[in-house]
Amino acid sequence: MNRYPLWKNLLILVVLLFGILYTLPNYFGEVPAVQVSSAKSTIRLSESALATAEKALSDARISHDGVFFDNNSVRVRLGSTDAQIKAKDALEHAFNPDPKDPGHTVALNLLSASPKWLTAIHALPMYLGLDLRGGVHFLLQVDMKGAITKRLDSTTGDMRTMLREKDIRHGGIVRDGESLVVRFRDVATRDKARNVIRDRLPDLQLVDKTEADEQLIVGTLTEQAKRRIQEDAIKQNIVTLHNRINELGVAEPVIQQQGADRIVVQLPGVQDVAKAKSLIGRTATLEVRMVDEAATQSGSSVGVDVIPERRRDGSVIPVAVKKQIVLTGDRFNGADATFDSNQQPAVAVSLDAAGGRIMRDVTRDSVGKRMAIILYERGKGEAISVATIQGEFGNRFQITGQFSPDETTSLAILIRSGSLAAPMDIIEERTIGPSLGADNIAKGFKSTMWGFIAIAIFMVIYYMVFGLVSVIALGANLLLLLALLSLLQATLTLPGIAAIAFTLGMAIDANVLINERIREELRNGSTPQAAIAAGYERAFGTILDSNVTTLIAGIALLIFGSGPVRGFAVVHCLGILTSMFSSVLVSRMVTNFIYGGRRKLQSIAIGQIWRPAADTQE
Amino acid sequence: MEFFRIKKDIPFMRHALIFNVISLITFVAAVFFLATRGLHFSIEFTGGTVLEVNYATAPQLEPIRKALSNDGFVDFQVQNFGSSRDVMIRLPNREGESSAQISERVKATLAKVEGPTAELRRVEFVGPQVGKELASDGGLALLLVVAGIVAYLAVRFEWRLAVSAIVANLHDVVIILGFFAFFQWEFSLPVLAAVLAVLGYSVNESVVVFDRVRETFRNSRKRGLSVEEVIDHAITSTISRTMITHGSTEMMVLSMLVFGGPTLFYFALALTIGILFGIYSSVLVAAPLAKWLGVKREQFIIQPKKKEEAVV
Repeated sequence: MNRYPLWKNLLILVVLLFGILYTLPNYFGEVPAVQVSSAKSTIRLSESALATAEKALSDARISHDGVFFDNNSVRVRLGSTDAQIKAKDALEHAFNPDPKDPGHTVALNLLSASPKWLTAIHALPMYLGLDLRGGVHFLLQVDMKGAITKRLDSTTGDMRTMLREKDIRHGGIVRDGESLVVRFRDVATRDKARNVIRDRLPDLQLVDKTEADEQLIVGTLTEQAKRRIQEDAIKQNIVTLHNRINELGVAEPVIQQQGADRIVVQLPGVQDVAKAKSLIGRTATLEVRMVDEAATQSGSSVGVDVIPERRRDGSVIPVAVKKQIVLTGDRFNGADATFDSNQQPAVAVSLDAAGGRIMRDVTRDSVGKRMAIILYERGKGEAISVATIQGEFGNRFQITGQFSPDETTSLAILIRSGSLAAPMDIIEERTIGPSLGADNIAKGFKSTMWGFIAIAIFMVIYYMVFGLVSVIALGANLLLLLALLSLLQATLTLPGIAAIAFTLGMAIDANVLINERIREELRNGSTPQAAIAAGYERAFGTILDSNVTTLIAGIALLIFGSGPVRGFAVVHCLGILTSMFSSVLVSRMVTNFIYGGRRKLQSIAIGQIWRPAADTQE
Repeated sequence: MEFFRIKKDIPFMRHALIFNVISLITFVAAVFFLATRGLHFSIEFTGGTVLEVNYATAPQLEPIRKALSNDGFVDFQVQNFGSSRDVMIRLPNREGESSAQISERVKATLAKVEGPTAELRRVEFVGPQVGKELASDGGLALLLVVAGIVAYLAVRFEWRLAVSAIVANLHDVVIILGFFAFFQWEFSLPVLAAVLAVLGYSVNESVVVFDRVRETFRNSRKRGLSVEEVIDHAITSTISRTMITHGSTEMMVLSMLVFGGPTLFYFALALTIGILFGIYSSVLVAAPLAKWLGVKREQFIIQPKKKEEAVV
């Protein structure tokens, strides 16, 4: 009666094998590495950088364990932290010949030391939280004044279109500090315009003024609108940061508002520190402007801005663009790499309603002319795309050219990253040292290990063979839990390790329930085989109920917790699930192997020495 | 080996009243300390500025405190953190002052203190909004846990058992909080996680006892037993498991308390208290409560046909 069919045994063994496979990468640890990535969005590394890196290293006589090219960056595996620092200097020299204008970022890093075949089956080590492996912590300050100015600038554009639609003549709209000034020739036009503006732009407080026989409307944002703009700016920036960080592929990054105008970004165990900093710290703004063909040809710079355009072949040519800005980045709703109707790689851009209107107006009259998308980074502009207008655009259009799919992806990221509602600065950057993390891991590991050993010793003494079975089940539980955490790439934090220990302590409950039940059945006079069967079966209901209630608590923690609470909850919930599997199925399988095959089982070693009948009658 | 050789059911219920009075007293004391002393919330909840400074040699804390209060700081805390050379200074939030300004001022103050020079290692500023959010999220989590557990137990068992289990659990939670209030231990986010985990853990315990109660009621051979005897029987027959399970969990938690370092200390402490009271409350609070709410055999025997089915 105590036999599992073959398929069930095989299934359990397969699950355990998976557990071993997916826990494996965690044992290999990490090796020091140096990573070179591009510091400017317009510079892209290619495979040829490998040769540069290898040459630099051999010139400096630094031995390394391999140079890899992956995902737009060059990574060098090194034997020691000493070599790591030397290699960093050597690579810095090789890739940034001009220290004033660094085109590349060279950063210290860690690389997983697990063999390739494990990575190939997607068995990756667990992500460790900031407290365990160190990592970067950014505090970003959002420029609220900038958000308001930006809004006023875009309102200027809206107003212009609006008045044109209504055929109201005006003598110019300018932004003056935090107010907008619209000029009119006579009172009647002004009144007409005021009504239109009041209806369509309720965020503005309007005051009439007369100045040297010009009629003015001075509009300022209402306090309410300002507050809303600031709140929206923070929210939009957080969303944008989320998108950018998702592009980095960080598991469970923390992106939170802190205080009124700050955003915290924590990237636990970030592999690509340099890229993270450049993507996050990129206070980029995007502008669309028309190319001034005449000025470009004559090389004149009067009344135009001359912007460098980096071509795909790497050369840089100046392009003259009109000072008037057609669109800014906040009109962009999104950008994606796609393919056009000819199956050529393209970037699909979508604009908001106002942006679409402007775009339509501009492109209607400019077919055949060129339009530039300019990205401003750290105060310097660079044209990332100069394209000829093929027809009238709406709020959705495509940018095409001789792009490769890789290039369209990165262009899409750039356009998206330009859509910050307000500029941001990194005002605090903290790096949590890996030594502190290692210390925390050691402590967490030690407490789990000693707890496990104590439980194991006790269980074996108390329940003999069945105690051993329970310990095996508990070990399987630990294995599966670690495998699951690795597989899901959940971030392990110190509270997470605490949850592993606590969950293991709780998981033994199921086995205790089973063992006690078996003893009770024996006490009541069942045969050993029947006692085993009844023990497992009858304990199951109790195990299910008690685990489900614990799971309810865990899920609530998962939903409402943040930070350490969440780290705890993830492990706790997974641990409950794995413990159900291991304490019921794995332990039953082992018990079956030990006792199931014997026909005439006289007694089982469950540590029971007392029977009511032998001692005294009831 | 066998610790428990119980020949007869232990008459727990006979002494229920005494235990309930004890519970009530501890509970009231916990509430009293919570009300009078309050919890010592960590910066995650209160908001404020934390500065971590490192000294080459261990500094005297008293002069630092004096210098800070001379320079007009109020409600600050200066304590060692990790080692005697690391000092943590906590300051509450004040309106119109940014963390950068505060840290500059503190740095200036520390420079004036005689002895080794301080090296600023970390400045952390937590806005009050974040704290508020955390507190309300924690409250919501607590509510959801309670509601979820009550609902599940009501469906699987009986509403009377659900109510008494949850009352017993909340009693545990309040007592843990009472300990934290009385000793003014720091109540941080990991401690909150521990408290909520205890809620799940302790209900686990009640479920095991109630499961036995239900089974005993349904057992036709034990039809002659009174409600009180049924509860006694259920507790007695699970007491061995109760002790061993909790002993094991406690071993794990104690290991965390000893080896886990300062970060895990209060977390493990909350769990330790929670486990100890968890055993007690499920056996001696939940069961009598269920009795007084009026559990009866009839509530568990729904359909005579289904009686033969396994407990599952």
